[in-house]
Amino acid sequence: MTYEGWIIITGVLAGASCSIIGVLLVLRQTAMISDAISHTVILGLVSAFLLTGTLDSFTMLIGAAVAGLLTTIVIQLLKNSGVQSDAAIGVTFTAFFALGVFLISRYAGNVHLDVNHALMGNIAFVPFQTVTLFGVSIPQAFLFVSIVLLLNVAVITLLYKEWKLSTFDPALAVSLGIPAVFLHYLLMTMTSVTAVSSFDSVGAVLVVAFMIVPAASAYLWTRKLSFMFLYSVVFSAAACFSGYYAAKWLNVSISGSMAVMTGVIFLISFLFAGENGVITRSVRQKQHRNREWNRQPAFAPADGKREL
Amino acid sequence: MIQDWLSLLGSPNLRWVLLGTMFLGMASGIVGSFVLLRKESLVGEAMSHAALPGVCLGFLVAGRELPALMTGAAVFGLISLWGIRVIHRHSKLKQDTAIGLILSVFFGLGIVLLTMITNSPAGNKSGLDSYIFGQAASMVPSDVWMMSSIAILVTAAALLFFKEWKLVIFDPLFAGGLGWKTKTLNSVLSLSIVLIVTAGIQAVGIILMSALIITPAIAARYWTDRLGVMVILASVIGAFSGVTGTLISAVDGGIPTGPVVVLTATVIFFLSFLFAPKRGKLAQVLAHRQFRRRWKKQQALKALGSVPGTAASKYESWQKALGAKNNEAKKLWNWLKKNRYFM
Repeated sequence: MTYEGWIIITGVLAGASCSIIGVLLVLRQTAMISDAISHTVILGLVSAFLLTGTLDSFTMLIGAAVAGLLTTIVIQLLKNSGVQSDAAIGVTFTAFFALGVFLISRYAGNVHLDVNHALMGNIAFVPFQTVTLFGVSIPQAFLFVSIVLLLNVAVITLLYKEWKLSTFDPALAVSLGIPAVFLHYLLMTMTSVTAVSSFDSVGAVLVVAFMIVPAASAYLWTRKLSFMFLYSVVFSAAACFSGYYAAKWLNVSISGSMAVMTGVIFLISFLFAGENGVITRSVRQKQHRNREWNRQPAFAPADGKREL
Repeated sequence: MIQDWLSLLGSPNLRWVLLGTMFLGMASGIVGSFVLLRKESLVGEAMSHAALPGVCLGFLVAGRELPALMTGAAVFGLISLWGIRVIHRHSKLKQDTAIGLILSVFFGLGIVLLTMITNSPAGNKSGLDSYIFGQAASMVPSDVWMMSSIAILVTAAALLFFKEWKLVIFDPLFAGGLGWKTKTLNSVLSLSIVLIVTAGIQAVGIILMSALIITPAIAARYWTDRLGVMVILASVIGAFSGVTGTLISAVDGGIPTGPVVVLTATVIFFLSFLFAPKRGKLAQVLAHRQFRRRWKKQQALKALGSVPGTAASKYESWQKALGAKNNEAKKLWNWLKKNRYFM
């Protein structure tokens, strides 16, 4: 496959795995968790490096996943001991991120462990780091992202009913014996693994954008959970394509431009989405008003004047 | 080590910067207290991330002039705030989704602009990277002047509107009923957040500026239930973190200021979380244990009352009625004896 092809397909797969997790995050009102995890990934990377002394991708992946899980656990602990939810998130991830940056600049300054790289990603270099699998040379990032995508799809389809119920009616779910706490931590684990697998290729910023924005856009178009999953995957893929070519045209950061494109898609959805779009809604209201206005009244006054 | 510090304190530039970060920490602690109670802590996060495209646009328009960069940051801060409000009000999306959405899209835009600047001929020396993590030591006196004056302005606004903001946060309907312009008051508060974020990004950095708003306030919240005391405490904690962070990062040149400031504030938060009276973890655990002990004594007395017969031979049946284990029962029995509940 070509250089461009690998970049786009890695982006599309990363977008798909992030956005299907994002649907659950957005519906369960835990969207900012993804932002928190994407920040603390840095701490995981540095700790993994300082503990093992290698920059091996797999070690980094485990370190980052552990850091992500730790973040969600600390946030939950703070919440349980009475800290309001937004402040709990804010305190935790800024502290972890600060610790990560501090460790990098103190102990790992001379190593190739670039904070900017982790933040902005480097999808342009994805095709260069390859592994050989069954005699075919494929990019490492592509492999990671597709494994995680398969995992996410499997977990969501196997527990589809449980996710649906515990998202929309948590009380009923608990009373029916669905393990809500387990599902919560499963989702957090999936979020953190997904963020980690994707951020190496697309960067922490794009991970947050892919998790929140396509899902939020899809939420405006449909009321069915299954369609929401579908739409969000389609939206993130569209953002990948348009973002890549826009970046190529303007010669700017690819992941940044993909993030902007998710924003453009959201803007379109926000204005024009079926029953929720701001413009479509006002147009429909106007039509409705006109129809009511023009409807022939049953008892028309003789002088043609009509009471309001 | 100590000599290093003393010699650093002798340098006039650092003294300026220290004064500046002190004012910054103070003001952000004050504003943060109001923001925390309004349950909008993460709005600051979105605002500071959205400042990146503003800073880049300011650079593209006017070059590396601080007023231009700050104007850009402030304008984009306001845009992001407005965006969050509009999304929240005109769609079924919740506020946290709106915050995450604005934050990631604007930061993506910022990165696009940043790469655009880096690729341009003048871009290599732009130094805009330092805005992401903050480098207080590189500030010159005029930067410090600007930062301090904004911080003092915001502090003055908070003092002026203290009573009004208090009522608007805790009982907006009553405030409206009094005929106050709650909308204007809220906008002034939002404007102060934008200003303080804008002032702080050069010293603390875009990513960690939100922590300087959240962490001192939440740490202060543990010590008191009064807004006035909380505001004062938060400002002291903020100022202390600002000064400590600047000092440490100045001694060890390689470390950006932002992380150290935030880590200092976080340590204070953690200590408050553990050791604050009443709301602290330790105090709660102790109170819980005390409650349990009292409750057990009550149970022991009840069991004593329910058992017939004379005191000395009562122990067995008393223990049965109480349902406690041997060790515990013996302790309670001795307590009863000591306090002469039976002869």
